[in-house]
Amino acid sequence: MPLPPGSLLELTPQGLYCPAAAAWIDPWRPVPRALISHAHADHARPGCGEYWAIGSSEGILRRRLGAAIRLLPVEYGQLHRIGDARVSFHSAGHVLGSAQIRLEAGGESWLVSGDYKRCADPSCAPFEPVGADVFITEATFGLPIYRWRDGAAVAAEILAWWQGAPEQTSILFCYAFGKAQRVLAELAALGVGQPGQPGAEGREILLHGAVQALMEPYRQAGVVLPPARPVSELPRGESLAGRLVIAPPAAQGSPWMRRFKQPQTAFVSGWMAVRGARRRRGTERGFVLSDHADWPGLLQSVRQSGARQVYVTHGNSDGLARYLREVEAISAEPLEGDFNAQRGGERLDGEEPAAQPAATLSKDGEGARASVTGAS
Amino acid sequence: MRRFTALFGELDARSGTTARVETLAAYFATADPADAAWALHLLLGKQRRRLITGRRLRQIALEGSALPEWLFDDCYAHVGDTAETIALLWQQLEPETSHGTADGDPEESLLDQPLHRWLGELLPAAAALEGAEQAQAVRRLWQGLEPGALLVANKLLTGGFRLGVAQGLVLRALSQVSGLEPALLAHRLMGGLQLGGPQRDSAQSSAAAWNALLAPAGGVDGPISRPYPFCLASPVEPEPGAPPLPGPASDWLVEWKWDGIRGQLIRRGGEGFLWSRGEELINAAFPELIAAAGALPCGTVLDGEVLVWPEGAERPAPFAQLQRRLGRRAPGRALLAEAPAVFMAYDLLERDGEDWRPRPLSQRRAALDCLLHGAPAAATAPEAGLLRLSPLLSLPAWDSLESLRQQARAAGAEGLMLKAAASPYRVGRRRGDWWKHKLEPLRLDAVLVYAQAGSGRRANLFTDYTFALWSEPPRPGEPAPALVTFAKAYSGLDDGAIAELDRWIRSHTIDRFGPVRAVEPLQVFELAFEGLQPSRRHRSGIAVRFPRIARWRRDKPAQEADTLASALALLQSPEAPEASGDVAP
Repeated sequence: MPLPPGSLLELTPQGLYCPAAAAWIDPWRPVPRALISHAHADHARPGCGEYWAIGSSEGILRRRLGAAIRLLPVEYGQLHRIGDARVSFHSAGHVLGSAQIRLEAGGESWLVSGDYKRCADPSCAPFEPVGADVFITEATFGLPIYRWRDGAAVAAEILAWWQGAPEQTSILFCYAFGKAQRVLAELAALGVGQPGQPGAEGREILLHGAVQALMEPYRQAGVVLPPARPVSELPRGESLAGRLVIAPPAAQGSPWMRRFKQPQTAFVSGWMAVRGARRRRGTERGFVLSDHADWPGLLQSVRQSGARQVYVTHGNSDGLARYLREVEAISAEPLEGDFNAQRGGERLDGEEPAAQPAATLSKDGEGARASVTGAS
Repeated sequence: MRRFTALFGELDARSGTTARVETLAAYFATADPADAAWALHLLLGKQRRRLITGRRLRQIALEGSALPEWLFDDCYAHVGDTAETIALLWQQLEPETSHGTADGDPEESLLDQPLHRWLGELLPAAAALEGAEQAQAVRRLWQGLEPGALLVANKLLTGGFRLGVAQGLVLRALSQVSGLEPALLAHRLMGGLQLGGPQRDSAQSSAAAWNALLAPAGGVDGPISRPYPFCLASPVEPEPGAPPLPGPASDWLVEWKWDGIRGQLIRRGGEGFLWSRGEELINAAFPELIAAAGALPCGTVLDGEVLVWPEGAERPAPFAQLQRRLGRRAPGRALLAEAPAVFMAYDLLERDGEDWRPRPLSQRRAALDCLLHGAPAAATAPEAGLLRLSPLLSLPAWDSLESLRQQARAAGAEGLMLKAAASPYRVGRRRGDWWKHKLEPLRLDAVLVYAQAGSGRRANLFTDYTFALWSEPPRPGEPAPALVTFAKAYSGLDDGAIAELDRWIRSHTIDRFGPVRAVEPLQVFELAFEGLQPSRRHRSGIAVRFPRIARWRRDKPAQEADTLASALALLQSPEAPEASGDVAP
């Protein structure tokens, strides 16, 4: 369903647009002014005139979109006047620097959730419930089969899996930005990396270059992470038995994997809750851990927003909207527009799409720098 | 049940063969014999019986819950399996009342009950109930189970439980535990374990079956109905100009590859048994063959093909006729007359009660000839006989192989079998001695018109496709003629192509009928299939045998796909050799 004409927000070919602020929210194409919910590639795209985003995401945005972008860093909860609109950013709990964006003008307020989750995550600020007249929510995991367990419990399983194979390399596939650091922070909370513990100095966790490239912004933001170093720093021929390696999903099946002899592999994603998806993935283990809201989290957030009208994007938007209407008696509609296709089409792997340049994954971090140069 | 659930979880989480064999061996070595027998039964995929339908389980799960049915169905479409959908939803569906009694005295979970009790008693008992009593019994089973255990319990209820472990690995694990040869274990497992039903002594009979399976070699006699493991052939793909197989052609025995069902006909202790390759006893479906087996001397086991072959016909009837006979408990007189069966024997596995499998094929074959030609079997059976000898074909040299193969369709066969004359009868598919050389499949270029999501590994992906042919050739500038659906296919595309086509289908849907999507008729696929039959049940008037996708013809516009007329042309010429649609312009 399209947004009613004359609304505070409208849907244009570039994405969600607020005429009062003359700004787009997470635009799909270059626009003069972009309000960015977070730095994942399907939400932050290159080529815009100016970017408004949470300060802690600046390092990642500049790395991904170009060092020279015009970026206006903002704080959570600060109120900004942009054009005729009042705009504020509120923590979304999705990844470092992720925000919900609230806009207000003409006596009406809208809240755009971006991607968000409600479970605790030691690598980013927690979700802040915010009220608004109209709420636009994502529904990536908008089915009641998705209910997350505590991240710490999943991390304990990962630790047991890793420690259960002292003679093999354990390769854990996680999205390079967000999931990887969350897993590392959860492992650190379990003592990993402390002297005498798994992953201590000398036996550090090893990283694929794409993950390594994102460690610094997290450390700068004060997130406690265990010691880690790029796999590429280790001399060839050094035994990797018993080591944990964190790599992006795109590394699976790539030549980069040749270095590891008969590793055990696992994939960390909310999609792993379903056996069919796990088997299709081709890794041995699937750990269910997501940076998106699960079904109860989606319902809770809709209720807490107090919105009289809800629009649903991404994933099972039809189903969640229907449930809100029929069971919760909340006016709700799926928001028309190609939000899913904008994720690069990979539904199953849509938590973080492979929209970042392939070069990022080519060789331990060098590609990441190359892509920055290319974009600036 | 707790240990079996853990075993299931571990097997699911490990892909390496060594790790899986170790996991299995560790389970078998320490499990209670009655449980081990049931676990083995499940591992071999023998638990096919459905105790409760998925539809009924869904109903029980939804009763008294606030979850709308349509949302359950959305979840199902995403998961692709009712048992798993319930397992993932039950924690939130479960009515508060069943969490235990109000006075804080929760009923114990049944997870600690042994596997043999679940399978032999608890599950069948719940299945035998009806209505509200059954719903209550099923909820009692579900109570307090984690999603992993719930999944296993539900899969056991809905039947067809697969652990996805190849039989070879199971045999290796059993061999590790028992020290017995895998081939001996395979033989002892033929026909299944005698686990007993829901009686009181089911634990004893299951344990006895387990102990008999692992008893030292020699000495133990199995049931007289027990078949031998089938020897299976591998496809041969000759390189042009080179001999297809080692040695001179005279080292090989050549037969037609019949298009029926593989069978083992046993005559022992005054009784006859006919086994299918799927290890189903099919005596009831083929009473005339059991009667004919009565003419064989006791202690005889034949390997061959069950075919429908009308009296006086030059070649067997198409497979569709045989299908009419399968699955019928007792065929009526009319059906017996319309679709009479024969057993086309090609190997002799047991003679006078002696296992002849180690002997060379040439010797087994000579004895088989003798048995069927000289013995009472052929003499007493009517006319052409119900027990026939699959003829040996003459292959003087390798260079006449191709012309011989091209005669297969006319003979009503689907190709040739090549078997090493000196080879023993092996267990399973061991490359080297038995080869199949099938005819080239028939091919048509068809247009994708409908798609439906698959299940299991293919859940939430559109992988079940329906294809159509043009009713007449499309002409530019004129309204497009009708597309007539004629085949469904599920296989032939790799994961990458499936994902790509899935995205295409989602963005080119023009209509929805429940789970089925109609798509724009734009994509052309080359379908391969083994045969065509006229059919009154199909709108196109033809039925295809084993259709699969050979290629995605991205190069071909839909207007250039084949017509119904080109399919009918294949139908009318049974000798029709190669493809029709691929003729270069």
